[in-house]
Amino acid sequence: MSDANGNGVNPEKDLGASNLPGQRGDKGEEIRVQRGMFGANNGGDTSGYGGLVRSIRLPGAATRPYGGWFDEVADELEGALEEQGLVPENVIDKTVVDRDEITFHVEREYLLRVAQTLRDDPALRFELCTGVSGVHYPHDKGRELHAVYHLRSITHNRLIRLEVSTPDADPHVPSLVSVYPTNDWHERETYDFFGLIFDGHPALTRIMMPDDWQGFPQRKDYPLGGIPVEYKGAQIPAPDQRRSYS
Amino acid sequence: MGLEEKLPSGFLLTTVEQAAGWVRKASVFPATFGLACCAIEMMTTGAGRYDLARFGMEVFRGSPRQADLMIVAGRVSQKMAPVLRQVYDQMPNPKWVISMGVCASSGGMFNNYAIVQGVDHIVPVDIYLPGCPPRPEMLMDAILKLHQKIQTSKLGVNAEEAAREAEEAALKALPTIEMKGLLR
Amino acid sequence: MSTQTPSGASAASARETTEGTVYTVTGGDWDEIAQSAAKSDDERIIVNMGPQHPSTHGVLRLILEIDGETVTEARCGIGYLHTGIEKNLEFRTWTQGTTFVTRMDYLTPFFNEAAYCLAVEKLLGITDEIPDRATIIRVLLMELNRISSHLVCIATGGMELGATTIMIYGFRDRELILDIYELITGLRMNHAYIRPGGLAQDLPPGAVDQIREFVKKMTKNLPEYDKLATGNPIFKARMQDVGYLDLAGCMALGATGPVLRSAGLPHDLRKSQPYCGYETYDFEVPTADTCDSYGRFLIRLEEMRQSLRIVEQCLDRLQPGPVMVADKKIAWPAQLALGPDGLGNSLDHIKKIMGTSMEALIHHFKLVTEGFRVPPGQAYATVESPKGELGVHVVSDGGTRPYRVHFRDPSFTNLQAMAAMCEGGQVADVIVAVASIDPVMGGVDR
Repeated sequence: MSDANGNGVNPEKDLGASNLPGQRGDKGEEIRVQRGMFGANNGGDTSGYGGLVRSIRLPGAATRPYGGWFDEVADELEGALEEQGLVPENVIDKTVVDRDEITFHVEREYLLRVAQTLRDDPALRFELCTGVSGVHYPHDKGRELHAVYHLRSITHNRLIRLEVSTPDADPHVPSLVSVYPTNDWHERETYDFFGLIFDGHPALTRIMMPDDWQGFPQRKDYPLGGIPVEYKGAQIPAPDQRRSYS
Repeated sequence: MGLEEKLPSGFLLTTVEQAAGWVRKASVFPATFGLACCAIEMMTTGAGRYDLARFGMEVFRGSPRQADLMIVAGRVSQKMAPVLRQVYDQMPNPKWVISMGVCASSGGMFNNYAIVQGVDHIVPVDIYLPGCPPRPEMLMDAILKLHQKIQTSKLGVNAEEAAREAEEAALKALPTIEMKGLLR
Repeated sequence: MSTQTPSGASAASARETTEGTVYTVTGGDWDEIAQSAAKSDDERIIVNMGPQHPSTHGVLRLILEIDGETVTEARCGIGYLHTGIEKNLEFRTWTQGTTFVTRMDYLTPFFNEAAYCLAVEKLLGITDEIPDRATIIRVLLMELNRISSHLVCIATGGMELGATTIMIYGFRDRELILDIYELITGLRMNHAYIRPGGLAQDLPPGAVDQIREFVKKMTKNLPEYDKLATGNPIFKARMQDVGYLDLAGCMALGATGPVLRSAGLPHDLRKSQPYCGYETYDFEVPTADTCDSYGRFLIRLEEMRQSLRIVEQCLDRLQPGPVMVADKKIAWPAQLALGPDGLGNSLDHIKKIMGTSMEALIHHFKLVTEGFRVPPGQAYATVESPKGELGVHVVSDGGTRPYRVHFRDPSFTNLQAMAAMCEGGQVADVIVAVASIDPVMGGVDR
């Protein structure tokens, strides 16, 4: 039941079926292969769904033209990077256009230069950063931790997304505080929850959790931490311990 | 505390108990301990429509040293827990605690790493008030129930006796997990 | 409260730390500390204000380094209300998520719900299929919510200045709005009324009349705030030129909402990136050029007037129709009505699934317990909350539960500006500046 790459069943066979969930072609980036259903992975397979193999794919790279003002922003960004003596292909890993939003996946060593360019170039002028959101993909080897930035241009009334990925073994991302001071607390929050280390941040300390807290609570490998609840004499496990659909 | 704790058991003590209870219940000073959503309902209770002043307790004290009631209004995080205990320790005796809302009482829907699963892990609670958040009427009901409790509270040797009885009753009580049938 | 002085005799209990001697003083010991600090006049004093303090707007901890009455450095300590809601969402279905997000910034529940639902709808690709009636009711509730949030801001802000009358006024008018919420959603706070795909249920009978009544009453009540506060010399003296933050500071610190508009930039997502059909409503974005707390106060008052205008337009536009998407794979199976037991129920639906249609029963069971699946990908939806830009970053892995939800809460971002607003000012002005940011700790800490 798996293809040549061992990536599990490719859902492209059923592309025509519109009632099936998660059908976004085979172009996407695979982040995980899922086996079984109903979260029943301990003990015998009584559901009969244990042999089910599904690959979870996020939307993949888009090709030109991106449509609308996306091309304009991409052209301007690439041009501005070339002016600085950088090769855009090295800087921008891929560009994803999905659900009317454009995402630039940036190599982390160039993040600061890209952000500086996006803020200062008159044709781009993304002057407002709305902070950073961490995402943890534990099964996406080598790119487990993502930092997602949303940049807003009030001048041109546009919104773009920057995404940086780092391996779990080396969770370092350059800090954007020197370009966008507003990221000060946002980066501390992401460090607190995901353990992403923002190099160059003036004071990267815990912000939400107590200073002596162990671990990074919003990573996927950190348990929810709920306790079983007794209700009418029966024990009900915490939400992350219950059997669930997967 | 004072002289009343040293009285011998008997008619004199019960009379003093009633007088002290009556005086104490009529002038409860709550400490402002607003945490989350429930704090807004607590403020609403103090404001015009619900008017907590009718029960002689509209003045929320800023300093715990002048307060004898702590209304824990909202979810208590792991980070807030030591602060809450310190505020409680700063309050002079006698003091009471209302656990307002389901988050303060049991952690409620936030059964996770960040929230203390019930403020009774940190401080002794006199009244548990359910609701998310409880309506102002419910808070007032809890306060009136607390008034009754204060009125009937014991002093001195009687208080020791009452504490002993309560402990014995609690030891004998059947745990919920061992109860049979429909628990309504 | 604790005070740190490197030297000086005091009756307070002292202990040695790596930083020097730390005296822990409380309440009545203040005089001695002030005297011992005055004796050695070059000492800096660091005052820790909060997290339990009546005028810090919730469980906010302010760490102020003061020199006499002047604040030389100010820092915030937050996280005392961190609830882990974002993590909790990952263990609940997409629909159950609204129950959690509504408790984030508990003064703006409808904005949290709307932003979350807009993001989920974007992921589902059903943004254009939301019925008009649902969108109009969303706008209606959001604008009522804007009024109630600003009322609490003005009320508690006034109370923190010592003006208790304005607090009574603010809560009086807020009760009127809460009555409307209660009629429509059944709850005074924490509604979970806006759901992915539409609304939990339609407006109950009598709601439109009650809202019209409210608009009339509120139009009459709003000038009272002007009479009470706007021209009040004490109020002006406390607020004018306090909490100054100019446009460059706002942009660098990412401040949005009334803080940004008080610096003169009419940036409002309802105008620049319209959602929920805001481009079709007639309203203005008030600004001020004073960059101070007083300007923010005036902006909030004017925004309440503009919100009333939008509410009236919403009422005029309401047409009968569905309030949930037609797609039965997403919409809640039953249209619930209030049963005799006070809970939502639908006898017709129960008759159908229990008596006639096994498939309908299976569908109901699957949708309610498992929830719908959302195609993989990520989306970012924003709304203009009373505090500023409220952004929701949602990631789905194709499952029935969110993979990651992150709220970019305006209170969190705006509160960073506290240091810039307060340093160099008086201690008493810190309270005014923080109140003018209007941070709600539930939103800051989530």
